[in-house]
Amino acid sequence: MSIILDKVNYVYSEKTAYEIQALKNINLKIDDGEFIGVIGHTGSGKSTLIQHLNGLIKASSGGIYYNGQDIYDSDYKLKELRGKVGLVFQYPEHQLFEATVFADVCFGPRNRGFSRKDSELKAFAALRSVGLSEDFWYRSPFELSGGQKRRAAIAGVLAMEPEALVLDEPTAGLDPKGRDEILDLVAKLHRERQMTVILVSHSMEDVAKYVQRLIVMNRGSILYDGTPGEVFAHYRELEEVGLAAPQVTYLMHELRKRGIPAAGTATTLDEAKQSILQAFSAKHGSVQR
Amino acid sequence: MNFIEARKLVHEYIRRDEDDNVESILTALDGVDLDVKEGEFVAILGHNGSGKSTLAKHLNVLLKASSGTLWVNGKDTKDESSLWDIRQSAGMVFQNPDNQIIASVVEEDVAFGPENIGVPTSEIWKRVERSLKSVGMIQYREHSPNRLSGGQKQRVAIAGVMAMEPKCIVLDEPTAMLDPNGRREVLDAVGQLNKEKGVTIILITHYMEEVIRADRVYVMDNGKVVMHGTPRAIFSQVDALKSYRLDVPQITLLAYELRKAGVPVPEGILTRQELVEALCRLF
Ligand SMILES: Nc1ncnc2c1ncn2[C@@H]1O[C@H](COP(=O)(O)OP(=O)(O)OP(=O)(O)O)[C@@H](O)[C@H]1O
Ligand SMILES: Nc1ncnc2c1ncn2[C@@H]1O[C@H](COP(=O)(O)OP(=O)(O)OP(=O)(O)O)[C@@H](O)[C@H]1O
Ligand SMILES: [Mg+2]
Ligand SMILES: [Mg+2]
Repeated sequence: MSIILDKVNYVYSEKTAYEIQALKNINLKIDDGEFIGVIGHTGSGKSTLIQHLNGLIKASSGGIYYNGQDIYDSDYKLKELRGKVGLVFQYPEHQLFEATVFADVCFGPRNRGFSRKDSELKAFAALRSVGLSEDFWYRSPFELSGGQKRRAAIAGVLAMEPEALVLDEPTAGLDPKGRDEILDLVAKLHRERQMTVILVSHSMEDVAKYVQRLIVMNRGSILYDGTPGEVFAHYRELEEVGLAAPQVTYLMHELRKRGIPAAGTATTLDEAKQSILQAFSAKHGSVQR
Repeated sequence: MNFIEARKLVHEYIRRDEDDNVESILTALDGVDLDVKEGEFVAILGHNGSGKSTLAKHLNVLLKASSGTLWVNGKDTKDESSLWDIRQSAGMVFQNPDNQIIASVVEEDVAFGPENIGVPTSEIWKRVERSLKSVGMIQYREHSPNRLSGGQKQRVAIAGVMAMEPKCIVLDEPTAMLDPNGRREVLDAVGQLNKEKGVTIILITHYMEEVIRADRVYVMDNGKVVMHGTPRAIFSQVDALKSYRLDVPQITLLAYELRKAGVPVPEGILTRQELVEALCRLF
């Protein structure tokens, strides 16, 4: 099972003075059960790209195949695809429209054809899993704080129990604890239910910590596609395209330049800690790890 | 008098049913004291729903206190006749840029604020150009703001407030949708306004790294101010911050973990440079 993008191009406002080619010849194969991160400068085409995955945006040219089926075939059920590929929008405001948070979260499973009762059960479970206090379940989404809206929007997609989860900057606006909780939850769904996850993020630290494969977008094209370690080794090139490496990657590079024999490729706090401790105990005797 | 002074500020969101009976009360601000000097750079941290945006909306009188007092630029926010003055002196960048896009062309959108406060036309266009340049959006000046990416919209919103040249700018999570480069550019632009023009800055953020350059930090928890001090003093209290659902910059956390594991680096490290120097002394 997989999602394949074959020579996908997308042009906004085609044939007007404001024509913008947002995606240029994208070839991409996403295997079942992968955990993929997508990074790229603002306007690089990340949101445009992922809205193709559930058919919300139709490619100007090129093809998209979900589990071997052409989603642009006239008899393909695009509506079902939206339930299978759950998309959490960049702005929760674009997703929340019912009178109460609870009704909103029920909408997805109802739409996928679950019974009313099942939909409600799924909604309860999803709301609980994103850590939104019960006090807010029956409020209007517009009375929520930014981070609370974000949680409600994520719950709405989780309640559909999609096969693949696509998240467009899901942690923007979450407090640090909430950011860890949501990403841990996503990682758990990936681990336990083998859910395919595609995470768009501006946090280099978060993608380094969570994803297995990292795709870098630059001006509508794919610039790199590899493990976080491989991608962040290009930190100079990443800077040229508006990005950066995680803070600890720079730290390790500087330490090596100053003659401290610590590994140069750490991308997470844990890796950095381990290699500094190793270098330290080699010199000063053992420390507690 | 301080530029901003809040005393025991309380805000209750009250919901009423059709017959105007109170259905529920949510106390979003619960006796907040806040002091910001003119020209200061103050950051506000706090968990989701702790009351940050509610507080920000009081600073330019989009909301009114249930009780307590708030002065901005020497004016009591309860005084209706000062409303215009206060809004002019405290510009606001909202959490969601969609809520503040007004015009159908980027440069008109940025010009809207200064136009509204009576800046002469020739001056307006200079300001529009300057502020769009400083957020890196000048090449989009003739585009439609509705057709920009999330981060691009956010930059336009920031340019709009900069063009008004208010004495104080309140930024509610201005970098939430920006790439690392954009985040740095926006913070540099804000820092420059603060240092060179003496603009008072109130920055609300969930990115701990951004707080390092503030003069002082306030930490909110459930509508109350629970900590305030310099970034170094605040970030040396790792466990307290975690108990408020917050964190410290990644480098500070690494230094803290290394100390716990027996590497004697000093407390209160904030930047990469500080940690490199501290480690080099040990090797
Ligand atoms: N509705 C639209 N109409 C016209 N152009 C658009 C529209 N939405 C996006 N664009 C343009 O397409 C390009 C890609 O935008 P997209 O939203 O995919 O970027 P992104 O990588 O998600 O950026 P960000 O990190 O800021 O969210 C940008 O140049 C943007 O200006
Ligand atoms: N218009 C409203 N009506 C009713 N309650 C509201 C309204 N706006 C906010 N609240 C509630 O007031 C509390 C404080 O919200 P506020 O938006 O100030 O939080 P915040 O600190 O900005 O959070 P975040 O980091 O998520 O943006 C929250 O519990 C929220 O649900
Ligand atoms: Mg986007
Ligand atoms: Mg807020």
